[in-house]
Amino acid sequence: MSPKLVESGRHPNIKIISNAEVKSIDGEAGHFRATVLKRPKYVDEDLCNACGSCVEYCPVDMPDYYNENLANLKSLYIPYPQAVPASFVIDPNTCLFVIKNECRQCEQACKELNAINLNQPEELIELEVGSVILTPGFDEFDAKRKKNYGYGEYGNVVTSIEFERILSASGPFKGEITRPTDGAHPKSIAFFQCVGSRDKATNSYCSSVCCTYAIKEAIIAKEHEPELDITIFYMDIRTMGKGFESFYLRAKNDYGIRFVKTRIPEIERSLETENLVLNYVTEDGSHVTEEVDMVVLSVGMEPSKTSNALSKIMGIQLNPSGFCSTHEFSPTSTSREGIFVAGAFQAPKDIPESVMQATGSVSLVSGLLSDSRGTLVETKELEPEKDISEEKPKIGVFVCHCGINIAGVADVTRLKEYSEKLDDVVYVEESLYACSKDSQEKIKQTIIDNGLNRVVLAACTPRTLEPLFQDTIREAGLNRSLFEMANIRDHCTWVHAQEPEKATEKSEDLIRMGVAKARLLSPMKEELIQVNSKALVVGGGLSGMTSALSLAEQGFECWLVEKENELGGNLKTLHYTLNKNNPQKLLEEIKEKLLNHPLVTVYTSAQVDAISGYIGNFETDITAGGQNMHISHGVIIVATGAKEYQPEEYLHGKHDAVMTQKKLGERIAAGTLEPGALNDVVMIQCVGSRTEERPYCSRICCGVAMKNALKIKEVNPKANVYVLYKDIRTYGFTEEYYTQARKEGVIFIRYDDDNLPVVSENIGEENSELQVKVFDPLLGEHILIKPTLLALSAAIIPGENEVISRLMKVPLNSEGFFQEAHVKLRPVDFSTDGIYVCGLAHSPKTIEESISQAHAAAARAAIPLSRGYVRAEPIVSSVDEEKCFGCGICEYLCPYGSIKVVETASGERAQTITASCKGCGICSAKCPRQAISMGRFSDEQILTQIVAFAKG
Amino acid sequence: MVVGGGIAGIQASLDLADLGYLVYLVENLPAIGGTMAQLDKTFPTLDCAM
Repeated sequence: MSPKLVESGRHPNIKIISNAEVKSIDGEAGHFRATVLKRPKYVDEDLCNACGSCVEYCPVDMPDYYNENLANLKSLYIPYPQAVPASFVIDPNTCLFVIKNECRQCEQACKELNAINLNQPEELIELEVGSVILTPGFDEFDAKRKKNYGYGEYGNVVTSIEFERILSASGPFKGEITRPTDGAHPKSIAFFQCVGSRDKATNSYCSSVCCTYAIKEAIIAKEHEPELDITIFYMDIRTMGKGFESFYLRAKNDYGIRFVKTRIPEIERSLETENLVLNYVTEDGSHVTEEVDMVVLSVGMEPSKTSNALSKIMGIQLNPSGFCSTHEFSPTSTSREGIFVAGAFQAPKDIPESVMQATGSVSLVSGLLSDSRGTLVETKELEPEKDISEEKPKIGVFVCHCGINIAGVADVTRLKEYSEKLDDVVYVEESLYACSKDSQEKIKQTIIDNGLNRVVLAACTPRTLEPLFQDTIREAGLNRSLFEMANIRDHCTWVHAQEPEKATEKSEDLIRMGVAKARLLSPMKEELIQVNSKALVVGGGLSGMTSALSLAEQGFECWLVEKENELGGNLKTLHYTLNKNNPQKLLEEIKEKLLNHPLVTVYTSAQVDAISGYIGNFETDITAGGQNMHISHGVIIVATGAKEYQPEEYLHGKHDAVMTQKKLGERIAAGTLEPGALNDVVMIQCVGSRTEERPYCSRICCGVAMKNALKIKEVNPKANVYVLYKDIRTYGFTEEYYTQARKEGVIFIRYDDDNLPVVSENIGEENSELQVKVFDPLLGEHILIKPTLLALSAAIIPGENEVISRLMKVPLNSEGFFQEAHVKLRPVDFSTDGIYVCGLAHSPKTIEESISQAHAAAARAAIPLSRGYVRAEPIVSSVDEEKCFGCGICEYLCPYGSIKVVETASGERAQTITASCKGCGICSAKCPRQAISMGRFSDEQILTQIVAFAKG
Repeated sequence: MVVGGGIAGIQASLDLADLGYLVYLVENLPAIGGTMAQLDKTFPTLDCAM
């Protein structure tokens, strides 16, 4: 997430107000007035450059909350190494000056920058905003409330988030797995699941993420120390997310992590060894006592402590569990118009769902405020670039001290003198902090005054600061590409802090190499590519319709292509939800809005035949109702859905009383099946899911089984309903329905792969009777049920994704669903720019999740559409047509579909699509004719650097 | 205005900003990042959470 942190800190349209809270909000959607209280940090954020010189003067230690209080830090601190804003802060509860007017040593240490302001007052900030998105997150469950586990008293019982810090290389033990009581490496660790979740005494809902993070932590621990014995004690393993089930299997089969189904009532401690003694009963009734070195409590999510106050300030309703109240069909809308919600405050959820929901809420804001889009943002007018084509290189070198980070190790004065002797260097200057605002101004003026035409900065990493310096030289009239950095901090003084002489020598090498490359730099043009502002949505199910409508409501024209003769997809077959909402009403409403929206054109009985082009400029052939058409558009949303697996097992298709859950729902709704007549019903879970052929979990089937079981029980309370399952995965608030089903007498029997249920028919004279035989692990024996109906919870399987994948050159995962650009952080983007994915085409999900993701895809797609152009960075590849002979290796290898072989006057030649090229360099490295070079990283430039190094 | 600077708030702010809106991101703590910034690696790819 570091790139997102940096980007948020640097984005001209984002103003971060940290150490602050909202005090009040008045007005209405479109015109809110908010008051925000910013507490003093006692450090000026604009002046502080995080050099850290002040820290050693601070005499006060306090617990480090970022490291879950497992370590100490000073009262004057930076929250964590990558923190944004990257400035120090003084803790008002421990600072000697704040609490008793003493000390002030830090002020002295920061004399040069004068960033410390111990008299900084609190600030009340008034903001005019059109809309609000609430993302206050969650609190981890306070494990002390589970008194039987001794957390807080037994030193080797830690929470999962503490263990996360223990595992981290930047954590309190530098990634060594360490027992808090004696610093020893534990030999055995037990994880307890559902601490503060699925628990009547604390929280009845499921926190949705603990199974996956416990497995993750267990695997990381095993990778650190393969000899470790790890056991996870669980009720149900809930790895229902995309790609999660196979990871669970790896944990079990490849890493040897033991999974035991039980809930341990209490922990005892051995006073002598500080080990922990666990007494538990297994599923087959045996009593077991075992001792472990360490226990990790997988704590659940709770609404944050401030959420009550926040809900009052915002005037929004909370649900009975204290999370933000929302409707299943509008999961990001709060009870107050114009105020939206996303992330764990809406319901416990993991990172990709939080990201999807956050982006989803943006499309609603954007729909609400589409008139004011682009009106408040600043754009800088720049002077034209100076023409340097006739000039010989005049290089300026700036050597940064970075406080003591560089100057405390390397001899900066020597580096300055050294740089002055290098070829074409005409100006050298030292700077205490090159990144500070006044230094930037000075560098700008120096470039102008001395007529510099190349700049080398010997400082930190280009990863964070290169764009800032490029902006600076651009303001001085130089093209952004005439800049080079020598990383003498991260690559040198940080890692060679103990060897100042050698560090200085290495810094000289790095500067010499930077200057050698800089001599070859030439201005590069940043291309602006126009974006056609229309969108194509492929697939007219719930997700496709939702994203098309969302784009239209944001003001963009779009085409919706549906292969069937009617819109609706799977939604057409759903008649009631677990939360007792009506999907048919949803379908009618959205269809009506869509068909009447002037910006939407719907083609049914239609398909996409061919697609060419790239972000901003796609050309597509479609056939609709037998007619061929051609459309031009800027973006594509793939929402092609998925379908229900048609089982071949369990007599499905052979016996009338065997049907899928979907069919059961449809028949109950249509009145062709009377629940009153169903006396004995068996439901089998994971039919076609979590099998060898299809190892993934279909995510929604447990909820669907609860829905139908409760429906039958509602009409016919005397019915015997048996659910045969592997794990019940009613995550989040759906857990309440599982609890309800148990209360109403639904019987749950667990089976595993070695003991699958056996379904047979007993053919009599008039009818044939179904028989289900299953092993009940609690009873320890097989039982026989003769159901009037057998419902199969059939898997969700991908539709015809392969065709779309081929047409658009976007990847599928091994399960046949579309593969997004990044599982966690870019869940609706493809790595090819301008194409987005949502709904069941991405992975199995609920109606609510599909709506969030569809909104998210619409928001992401709207970004290039609203901007009207995409900026192509000049570090893209370029092809030398003389050398290229059109072999096509580059086209085959390019992960972004950004280089293509085309017919030219001199034959077939590769051509870069500048708009979508990411500058990764794969094509250049693999070209057998060395015909492809990368802007700012040409072979010549890199070789020159190597030669310069050798000459040292 | 986005209230809360964890991964959801950061994502919402970036998308709004890229769409051309001016965003105030209000965070209770001195730095944004939220819980995700405390994580070591993420499931199931074991990518560094940072």
